[in-house]
Amino acid sequence: MAQEQKQPRKSGEEQEATEVAPESDVAERKEALDDDVDAILDEIDDVLETNAEDFVKSFIQKGGE
Amino acid sequence: MSVRRVMGTEVEYGISVQGMPTANPMVASSQVVNAYASATVRARRARWDFEEESPLRDARGFDMSRQVADPSQLTDEDLGLANVILTNGARLYVDHAHPEYSTPEVVSPLDVVRWDKAGEQVMLDAARLAQQLPGNPSIVLYKNNTDNKGASYGAHENYLMRRSTPFADIVRHLTPFFVSRQVVCGAGRVGMGQDGREHGYQISQRADYFEVEVGLETTLKRPIINTRDEPHADPEKYRRLHVIIGDANLSEISTYLKIGTTALVLSMIEDRFIGRDLTVDTPVSSLRAVSHDPTLRQTITMSDGRRLTGVQLQLEYLDLAKKYVEDRLGADADEQTLDVLARWEDVLDRLERDPMSLADQLDWVAKLKLLEQYRSRDGLDWDDAKLQLIDYQYSDIRPEKGLYHRLVNAGRIQRLLDDEVVERAMTEPPEQTRAYFRGRCLEKYAAHVAAASWDSVIFDLPGRESLQRVPTMDPLRGSKAHVGQLIDACDTAEALVSALTR
Repeated sequence: MAQEQKQPRKSGEEQEATEVAPESDVAERKEALDDDVDAILDEIDDVLETNAEDFVKSFIQKGGE
Repeated sequence: MSVRRVMGTEVEYGISVQGMPTANPMVASSQVVNAYASATVRARRARWDFEEESPLRDARGFDMSRQVADPSQLTDEDLGLANVILTNGARLYVDHAHPEYSTPEVVSPLDVVRWDKAGEQVMLDAARLAQQLPGNPSIVLYKNNTDNKGASYGAHENYLMRRSTPFADIVRHLTPFFVSRQVVCGAGRVGMGQDGREHGYQISQRADYFEVEVGLETTLKRPIINTRDEPHADPEKYRRLHVIIGDANLSEISTYLKIGTTALVLSMIEDRFIGRDLTVDTPVSSLRAVSHDPTLRQTITMSDGRRLTGVQLQLEYLDLAKKYVEDRLGADADEQTLDVLARWEDVLDRLERDPMSLADQLDWVAKLKLLEQYRSRDGLDWDDAKLQLIDYQYSDIRPEKGLYHRLVNAGRIQRLLDDEVVERAMTEPPEQTRAYFRGRCLEKYAAHVAAASWDSVIFDLPGRESLQRVPTMDPLRGSKAHVGQLIDACDTAEALVSALTR
């Protein structure tokens, strides 16, 4: 999950591992995260209604309940 | 003493006809409901031809003949009649200008999720079936609560409660809970104010539409606590608490926690367990203030002078609920009650530490994360139409278009149920309540069920002049344990009614 990268590390072991991780690892992880975000946005781009302004204008509902 | 009680949800879906922004939503809603009815309740359709001249019978909810009429010939009154009971015990109908699905009565939060999600699938099928009608209307349904232009429509919850509990206790202890529970079960909204005149993101779809603390209304001056009292059960013993303040949730975990935590709080109220005063000074404005701050730092002024955030106020209820379950149930606590407590605690803890870590669980966080990703990639301000579109489209119930569904499909939102379990709930009733009796009767004796409602099933039997009404006033009778074998053993409605009235 993309989200896991953001969570604070839980165990001390992991914490240590993070601290000694060489810079390249961090960079790789950042890149992987960016790719991950790009991938989901690409997918969403594909299904989003094409004309956002027209769509928003025409989305009119009546009250209910 | 647990999360278990008789309860359910009723959701009004947003509706639009593609390419026809001025289409009459009552006609479209009626097409949706009738298309589903005529495709799934074939047996009765033939049977009901002879009753066409009887408008009263139509009102019972099974008429499909107007299906063939041109929608423009139908009056609003006609359209209001689109109304069917399904074999899963649910009700599918047109309410005002929206199609609405009420779950059958169930007894656990997870079952609410299951039959609520089944409702989404019913609506999806219904909209697809409506596309085959003359004119091929392309109707899209949204499980949301506002158009951000001033209109709001509801996602209500119903909880059966003991009549003996003073209503004043419910108001006192439930109001602060409702002011704050949105931090867990909000669906997220782009836009502030009833007509969205201000730009920004808020936690709840509904918060801005609530104007008073207590009242009977649902469409104007909406109250945090609704006083409708129509138990559909023995009024001496029960009241039905009708909750109108929730958002329509797509996330299963959001719905599960919304129902589970509310059920626990109601149990504590019934058992007079809440000793501390959690009264909020200004509930209506606090409700909005909490919703308007997705950073969760906004505080609420308590009547005792403390200032708590919405999450902290929820933590007070969690603390009480943990003590309550330990005190009353101890080691006998059922699995789902413990699961609700554990998830509630985990979610509140994450909301305190790192709300975005809940993007795979809660609707408002999942939506916010997606919006923030777009904002950062495309440099969008909150007034950008694309962000508004994302808000709407998150709730599009079509799996190929709805953004909630795309996120689930990409493994970015957790689920509690699988597709097969939800699909079965589209036709199968829950087993622990009278919905079982209602659903099985409709499934097995469709041709002879003249009408059904929450508290009765009415049979039209060959050779009998009058209709035979079987009351189902007790929501916990008519369960599978009660009538399963009897229905299995009765091949005809006549045999069943004879056995029941013997």
